[in-house]
Amino acid sequence: MTQKLDTLQETASQTAGPFVHIGMVPTYAGLGGIYEEEIGTSTFSDGAKGDVIEITGTIIDGAGFVMRDGMFEAWQADANGIYPGQDGVDPNVSGWARVCADPESGEWTLRTIKPGSSVNRDGKEQAPHIAIWVVARGINIGLQTRIYFDDEDNSGDPVLSRIEHKHRIDTLLAKKTEDGKYRFDIRLQGEGETVFFDM
Amino acid sequence: MSNRQPAETTPLIPRNRDVHPVAYDPNYKTSVTRSPNFPLLAMESTVTEETGPVFNQNKLGPLDNNLIMNWTQGKAPAVGERILMHGRVLDESGRPVPNTLIEIWQANAGGRYRHIKDTYFAPLDPNFGGCGRTVTDENGHYQFLTIRPGAYPWPNRANDWRPMHIHVSLFGSGFGQRLITQMYFQGDPLIDLCPILSTVKDRAQVDRLVAPLDLASSKPLDFLAYRFDIVMRGRRQTMFENKPEGM
Ligand SMILES: [Fe+2]
Repeated sequence: MTQKLDTLQETASQTAGPFVHIGMVPTYAGLGGIYEEEIGTSTFSDGAKGDVIEITGTIIDGAGFVMRDGMFEAWQADANGIYPGQDGVDPNVSGWARVCADPESGEWTLRTIKPGSSVNRDGKEQAPHIAIWVVARGINIGLQTRIYFDDEDNSGDPVLSRIEHKHRIDTLLAKKTEDGKYRFDIRLQGEGETVFFDM
Repeated sequence: MSNRQPAETTPLIPRNRDVHPVAYDPNYKTSVTRSPNFPLLAMESTVTEETGPVFNQNKLGPLDNNLIMNWTQGKAPAVGERILMHGRVLDESGRPVPNTLIEIWQANAGGRYRHIKDTYFAPLDPNFGGCGRTVTDENGHYQFLTIRPGAYPWPNRANDWRPMHIHVSLFGSGFGQRLITQMYFQGDPLIDLCPILSTVKDRAQVDRLVAPLDLASSKPLDFLAYRFDIVMRGRRQTMFENKPEGM
């Protein structure tokens, strides 16, 4: 026998289900007006410093089908790489938004400020990126991934450098399509499967 | 660039995936094509996961945690068995998680959601919306007043029914703590038949999702109470953090 640890176990996750929008994006679900102010509508407000960019994409399941019900949350630093809650953050950047697939086409768009590179506890610099947390019916625990940018220097990024199958890094790169516009598709399973994290 | 100092954040405790549901479970059919084939790439949290959205509590309205009244802005109550859903949010070290946002959503008393994709023929309740939100107090306590949701059938195997449940979303203080779960009700015979609940393979973890009747917190002649305590992913807090690697 030994002493008993007094640490607790995390409560088990459960799927967000098909009706997640009621609770997280009520206006999208048809419950507009139930709250005076809905949260997560944009990562920034007027006056935020930096370049406004638009990332468009889809969420695709293992059958190659574009999901109409998928949604994700985005979390990012400001243009200087400082996160909300840290000293010196741009007061016009909340850094967080909820993004839903279009119920007809399945396409989503995230309009945001291009984040700067950020610095970890150990002083290592991360390339500019946006953290993504995907939830939907059929996903039992939210899937963590990241959007990096193909027009940035990602060579020193401590997370990307941990990916052993180098060709899979490509699944985390938003591709520039024109000035200020990027394309990023999330593939849950199978060919071209997006790298998902546990971190 | 300003303020390029190492982040003064604390690392998240790595997730124990054994206490969570499996991603792939053929009995929950939609999970078959929505679960990654490759293993998750596991590593220590970074400043990205250690920080998280900050909410202005002043944005919450007085009826936001009262689902009986919030859809009609206080004009008329929803139909159903009136209940208080309440509990505490702690982290893995047993510390309360204060000032954190909790959002819930649920079906009405007949098992119908107010959502264009819900085609179940049980009627909508004109006085019930189905979502609420609140913030934990300094001791991690939260409360919602709502109605007990009905069980409902869903397309999976030929005759699957969801037990009565309320969906719950929590934030914590870091984006890597984000959690969505579901609360079930003591005594519901559908609990042991539910393919979604049984994606959690650890029986003790399933039991922790079932809220007991809490008669002591019920209000006579008004509402019953159910108690649902939640544990969120915690942070490592030793005196040896925030030093360059190997030092
Ligand atoms: Fe549900």
